[in-house]
Amino acid sequence: MSGSEDARSMVLTRIRGALGITKLDRARRAAVIRRLERHPRSTIPAQALLSSAGCVSQLAEMLTKQAAEVARVATPEDAVHAIASYLSSNNLPPRLRIGADLSLAALPWKAAWDISRVYGRAEPSDKACLSRAIVAAAETGTLFLVSGADNPTTLNFLPEFHMVLVKASDIVGSYEEAWDRLRKIYGERTLPRTVNMISGPSRTADIEQTIVRGAHGPRRLYVLIQG
Amino acid sequence: MAEATISFKKAASEALADGELQRALQNVKTGFVAKRAAAKSRLPEFEALRAEARAIKDHTLTHLDLYLEAYESKIVESGGKVHFAPTAADARDIVLGLCHDYGAKLVAKGKSMVSEEIALNAHLQAAGIEVVETDLGEYIVQLKGEAPSHIIAPVIHLNKETVAADFRRAHKGRLTSRRLSDVQDLVAEARSVLREKFLVADVGITGANLLIAETGSSVIVTNEGNGDLTSTLPRTHIVIASIEKIVPTLEDACTILRLLCRSATGQDITTYTTFTTGLRHEGDPDGPTAYHVVLLDNGRSEMLGGTFQDMLRCIRCGACLNHCPVYGAIGGHAYGSVYPGPMGAVLTPALQGLDHVRDLPNASSLCGRCEEVCPMSIPLPSMLRAWRERDFTEGKRSRAERLALKAWAFAAKRPGLYHALAAVGVLLLTRLAGGRGRFTRLAFAKPWTRVRDLPAPEGRTFQQLYAKMQKDRK
Amino acid sequence: MSPAPEAATDGPLVGLFVTCLVDLFRPSVAFAAIKLLEAGGARVEVPRAQACCGQPAYNSGDRDDAVAIARQVIEAFEPFDYVVAPSGSCTGMLKVHYPRLLADDPRFAERAKTLAAKSYELTSFLVDVLGLSEVEASYEGTVTYHDSCSSLRELHIRDAPRRLLASVTGLTLIELPESEICCGFGGTFSVKYPDISGAILDVKLNNILDTEAGAVLAGDLGCLMQIAGGLSRERAKIEVRHVAEVLAGMTDMPAIAASLKSR
Repeated sequence: MSGSEDARSMVLTRIRGALGITKLDRARRAAVIRRLERHPRSTIPAQALLSSAGCVSQLAEMLTKQAAEVARVATPEDAVHAIASYLSSNNLPPRLRIGADLSLAALPWKAAWDISRVYGRAEPSDKACLSRAIVAAAETGTLFLVSGADNPTTLNFLPEFHMVLVKASDIVGSYEEAWDRLRKIYGERTLPRTVNMISGPSRTADIEQTIVRGAHGPRRLYVLIQG
Repeated sequence: MAEATISFKKAASEALADGELQRALQNVKTGFVAKRAAAKSRLPEFEALRAEARAIKDHTLTHLDLYLEAYESKIVESGGKVHFAPTAADARDIVLGLCHDYGAKLVAKGKSMVSEEIALNAHLQAAGIEVVETDLGEYIVQLKGEAPSHIIAPVIHLNKETVAADFRRAHKGRLTSRRLSDVQDLVAEARSVLREKFLVADVGITGANLLIAETGSSVIVTNEGNGDLTSTLPRTHIVIASIEKIVPTLEDACTILRLLCRSATGQDITTYTTFTTGLRHEGDPDGPTAYHVVLLDNGRSEMLGGTFQDMLRCIRCGACLNHCPVYGAIGGHAYGSVYPGPMGAVLTPALQGLDHVRDLPNASSLCGRCEEVCPMSIPLPSMLRAWRERDFTEGKRSRAERLALKAWAFAAKRPGLYHALAAVGVLLLTRLAGGRGRFTRLAFAKPWTRVRDLPAPEGRTFQQLYAKMQKDRK
Repeated sequence: MSPAPEAATDGPLVGLFVTCLVDLFRPSVAFAAIKLLEAGGARVEVPRAQACCGQPAYNSGDRDDAVAIARQVIEAFEPFDYVVAPSGSCTGMLKVHYPRLLADDPRFAERAKTLAAKSYELTSFLVDVLGLSEVEASYEGTVTYHDSCSSLRELHIRDAPRRLLASVTGLTLIELPESEICCGFGGTFSVKYPDISGAILDVKLNNILDTEAGAVLAGDLGCLMQIAGGLSRERAKIEVRHVAEVLAGMTDMPAIAASLKSR
C-alpha cells in the first residue's frame, strides 16, 4: 500500500534528518547490530545475586510478601496433595483447567484421583487453573509463564484461583538469567507470543489508593515450589 | 489532542478551590512520594541503574531509525504488521481502518496515554464502534466522560462515593439494592462488567511501556491484568505506541523496568509485566490471530537533535508529577493536556506548539524536584526555561510583564542608575509602611499582597548604608 | 550599626554579592555576612557595579538581558579570590547558570567558568572554604530551618548552615518536616501565579507552625519574604530571619515583616 510506504519513509526520513544523518553510515549500523547480537547486561542488583538455595527462599519470601500463597513441596506426590488440599480448603470443586505441559501431566494424579483435569484454553467458568512456570526470578519474586499449548496464557488470567508449579531448579536470581534460559529454549531473538512475568495476584489501588485483589486477573495466586 | 478550552489560570483557581480534589491530592503527595523513597532506599544500585538507563535511551535515540527498522523486521517475521503514523490523524485512521477490516463492533482497551493523545476513542465511537476502557481508573473516567488526571493513577482525584454513583448510573440490569459502599464492592462489580466485555471484544488495543527491537516485543506493566486480557482474548491485537518507546534488547528493558516501577508506585515490579510478540503460534490454543503495531510520530522526530531531545527519554513513570508542588496544588486537569505536571509542561508544547499552552512551562517555581527524582535524568527545569525563551522571543507575554522585565533589566545593566532609583524607591516604600514593617495592601503589588503580606524595606538600601559607612571610616 | 572589626590583611579577598533583595529589603543581612566573613579571616569588599544576578530575566526567558547582566557581574567580580552571596539562588545563578548562558560566548565562556568555580553561598563558604565549624554567637530559643531549592538541588548544601547553627549558644534547632519542598516563591512565579504560589506556601507554613519553633530561618531572602509574608497574613507569632543574622549575633533588629515598634 503506497500510503503506508510513504508514511514509513516520512517518519524514518524525519528521524534521520533531525539526527543529521546524511549518508549511509556503516559504523551506526554496526553499533546497532552489535548491541542486538550481544545484548550486554547493565548492573544487576545485589538482590538478584543469590545462591541456588537463596534463590528458592527469596522467591518464596517475596511472593508471600506480594500476597501470593507459597508452598514448598519436596516430591511430585506432595505437589498433588497440596493441590488437592488447596482446592478443598477453598471450597473449590475438584476440577482443574490445565494445559498440555508434560511435567504437569506426569504428576502422580492418582494420588488425588477425584480431581478432574480439563485441557485447553481457560473458559470464564473455570474456577481454578494449574500452570507451570518455565523459569522464575527470585529478584522480585517473579514467575515467568509462556504461551503455548503447554500452559495457555488464558489460564493465567481468567480464573479466580491460579495455581503455579515451579521447579526449584528453574529458579534463578535475576531477570537476565531468566531471559537467557528462554533464549536457550526458543533461540536468539525469538520469543513465544506471550511471556508473562507474574509477581502476585491481580490487584488495583485506583480507587482512593485502597488495595483490592482480583481486579481483572486472579484473586488468589498459589505457588508450589517443587524440589 | 484536545486543546485547553478554559484558561490555565481559571482551571487552576477552580482546582485550588475544589476541596475534594485537594483531599485527593494529599494521597499523591504522601502515598507515591513515600513509596518511591522507600523503594529507592531498598535498591542500592538505583543511581547506577539511572546512569545506565540514560545511556541506553540516549544511544537508542541517536540510532532511532535503525532500531525502529530492526523492530519492524522482527514484527513482520512473527506474522505481525507495523504501521507508521506521522500524525495523530494518521494513527486514528489506521486504527479505524483496522477495526473496519476486522469487522470490529467492540474494542477493549488497555491503558494508553498515546491513545488519549490522539483522541482515539472518540474517533472510533463516531464510526459506531463501542470502546471500553479496561484499566479500572480509565474505565471510571470514561464513565464520567472525563480525562484522566494523572498518568499513573487516573482517578486519584475521585472518591468512592462518586464512583459508586457512576456505577449505579451506568451499569444496567443489576439490583438497585446491591451494596456498593466499599472499594471491594466497586472493584468486584467492575470486574464482572468488564469481564463480559473482554470475552466478546473483537479487537484489543494496548499501549506499550516499552518496545523491544531485539525480539519485536511490546511490554506492558499492570497490576490489574486488564492489559493481558485485552491482548490475549480478542482475535486482533493492536499495539499503539510512540516511536521513542523503543529500547534495543531484553536486558535494556530489564534495566528500565527496574526503575519504572519503583519510580511510579514504589513497587519493585508490578504484578504483571507482559511481553507480547506477534500473533499466536501454530498450536497455541489462545492468543490473537492478528497483530498490528501502530508507531506514532506526532512531533517526536522533530524533537530529535534539538533542545528537547532528552524529553524523549521519558518512560512515563509519573514521579515528576508526584513530587511537583504545582501539580500537588492543582492536580492534572488544570493543565488541560493529556500530559500534566512537569513532563507535560515540557512535552505538550513540543507536540502541539506553544499556542494555547503558554502557561504550562511558565507555571513553575523551577524548584528542581522533578529533575531530582526523574529516573531518566531529564533536565526538566532547563527545558521549561527553554520554552520560556521561545515564549518570550515570540512576544506573547503580557505588555505589563514585558515592560516590567525590560525596566528591571534596563536598571540592572546600569548599576549607578539602579542604586539611585533603588534608594528613592526604598525610602518611599518605607515611609508608606509607616513603621508597620509590612504591607497588607499595596497598589502596584496586588498579585503579591492578594495572597500574602509584603515585608517593607528598611529605609535605606545596603549600598547606601555601606557607602556611608565607608565614608565615615575615612 | 557598629563598624565591622578589623579584618586580617592577608586572608582571601572576597567580593560580596549583595543580591537585589538584600540590598532593597534587608541590608542587615549583608552586614551580617560581612561580619561573619571577616571573623572567619576573609577580607571583604563590595563592588559598587552590581545590581542583580539576572535571574528575573533568565527565568522569564529574556536571554539577551540575562547574558548582558551576567557579563557585567563577571567583570565586576573578576578581581576577587571568591564571590560570596547570602543567597542560594543567586549563587546558583553564578555557579550553575552563567556557564550555561555564556557557553557559546567566545569572550566570556572561560571567564564564566572561572567565576563559577569561585562563587559560594555564605554558609557553605564559611564551612567549606574558610573551614569554620562554629560561630561566636548566642541566641536563646528554638529555630527551624528551611532549605531553599537552589541551595539543596543546585549547590547541594544541607550540612553547612546546620553545623554553624549547632554552634550558636542557647539555640535549639528543630528540623523542619519536608524542608526539601519548595516554599512557592520561585521569583516571578510568585506574582505571575500568586494563587498557586500561595497554595504551595500554605503547605510550608503548616510544616513550620507544626514545629512550634520560635523562629524560622533560611539562607535566601526570596523564600524568607514569601514565608514571612504568609506568616504575617496568618498573624502567626513566629519570627522570620535570615540565617546570617542569627549566626552573626545580629538579632536586635525587628524580624522580617515585623512591626518596627515591637522589640
